[in-house]
Amino acid sequence: MASKHSVKPLTFEQCLHRLERIVEQLERGDIPLEDSIKFYEEGITLSKQCLEKLSQAEVRLKTLEKDAQGKFRLFVEKPNEND
Amino acid sequence: MLPMNHQRPLLTVTELTTKIRQVLENGFSHVALQGEISNLKRHTSGHIYFTLKDKHAQISAVLWRSRTPFLTFAPGDGMRVVVTGRVTLYEQRGIYQIEVYSLRAVGVGELQLAFERLKRRLHEEGLFDQARKRKLPEYPERIGIITSRDGAALHDILKILNRRLPSLEVIFRPVRVQGEGAAAEIATAIEDLNTFGGIDLLIVGRGGGSIEDLWAYNEERVARAICNSRIPVVSAVGHEIDITIADLVADLRAPTPSAAAEMVVKDRQTLLETVGKYWYHIHETIQSALVGKRETIRHLLSSYSFRKPVDLLRQSSQRIDELERTLATAVTHHHAMANSTAGGLQRRLLALNPELTLKRGYAIVSRNGKLITSSKIPTTKDVLDVRFHDGVVRSTVS
Repeated sequence: MASKHSVKPLTFEQCLHRLERIVEQLERGDIPLEDSIKFYEEGITLSKQCLEKLSQAEVRLKTLEKDAQGKFRLFVEKPNEND
Repeated sequence: MLPMNHQRPLLTVTELTTKIRQVLENGFSHVALQGEISNLKRHTSGHIYFTLKDKHAQISAVLWRSRTPFLTFAPGDGMRVVVTGRVTLYEQRGIYQIEVYSLRAVGVGELQLAFERLKRRLHEEGLFDQARKRKLPEYPERIGIITSRDGAALHDILKILNRRLPSLEVIFRPVRVQGEGAAAEIATAIEDLNTFGGIDLLIVGRGGGSIEDLWAYNEERVARAICNSRIPVVSAVGHEIDITIADLVADLRAPTPSAAAEMVVKDRQTLLETVGKYWYHIHETIQSALVGKRETIRHLLSSYSFRKPVDLLRQSSQRIDELERTLATAVTHHHAMANSTAGGLQRRLLALNPELTLKRGYAIVSRNGKLITSSKIPTTKDVLDVRFHDGVVRSTVS
């Protein structure tokens, strides 16, 4: 079975750490201008990714159940109307 | 040899047992009994067998599986309890026992003792050591929650998470949080979420209750499951004053489910500011790097090696200016001159007009468009054009 995580997107934490590293690199200032531009572009992309990750409006709630065969199933919970 | 002089009926074992059973069951059909539990066994059938004893006597007890859901805590050896039930006789083995309907701990003291005993044992084993504990992820994205479906805990946690960081995904695993079997369910749920994978941290807990209500979180099975979890575990049991074994083993103890939600994630605003700060930093550094480079270029331009050609250019430009001025003067002068001699020039041009000459009887001879200015040029059979003032005559040399 093909894993849907085969191309794993960066986690928020990984994104943020990479951003941090880029800032450090750029601040050292001893890199060629062309590399700086590359870092800059990567930094902008990562920032966008981070912001996208934060943009979701509501917690996604899923219930994990295990059937008699020990197989897991995830159910999406309907949002509670009195929330 | 011995005469049967007693006029008593002869009974079978079964008959006697049945009579005793009737006496017992009629006489003790509803009793409340206080004693200490010992030798407790949970049978695979789900029934629980134990002995109730005090200093001088003991009685077998059985709690049928059908009654276990009504337990408010998990009974264990050494606990002093009050049970209600009825006395019955187990005929095959000729023993009497008490069938338990309900069971409650006698005072907090007894449970507290059991708690202290387990606590001491697990402490000695190192389960509470800080060094053993896992570090919580700084930016969790997928959180597992193990609590009851009906309790307030899930609702409380979700409310806070939605307020602080709605970008989360929550994997909820419903379990019973009190009564017989609750501890096993909680422990299994912890194991299952570990198996399921991809979860950054677990919140295990429930709302507040009596010490009996919270008992599942004081059971060894739950403590072991938390200890063995690869995913960091945050315990969130009850109100602030209750500390359970689970709290002591967990990687982080939150006083309530709501507090757990507050503690495990940074709020969105903070994260947005962090990302914004990095973005600004990157932008600024690049900007100032570019400004710096521009300065460098300016500096280079003003250095001697660059200045030389520039000076040359400037000189050239100056020369051009001069030339331009000169040219302008010349043109103006010439123009003026031309104007003043316009009449004479026109006359000279008119005099040069060949038409007039032709009118005077001259002709122009050409061969293939080229003027023939000498009689020695054409040879016999050459075709020549002879142009008069009013037309061209083609002729052949003979």
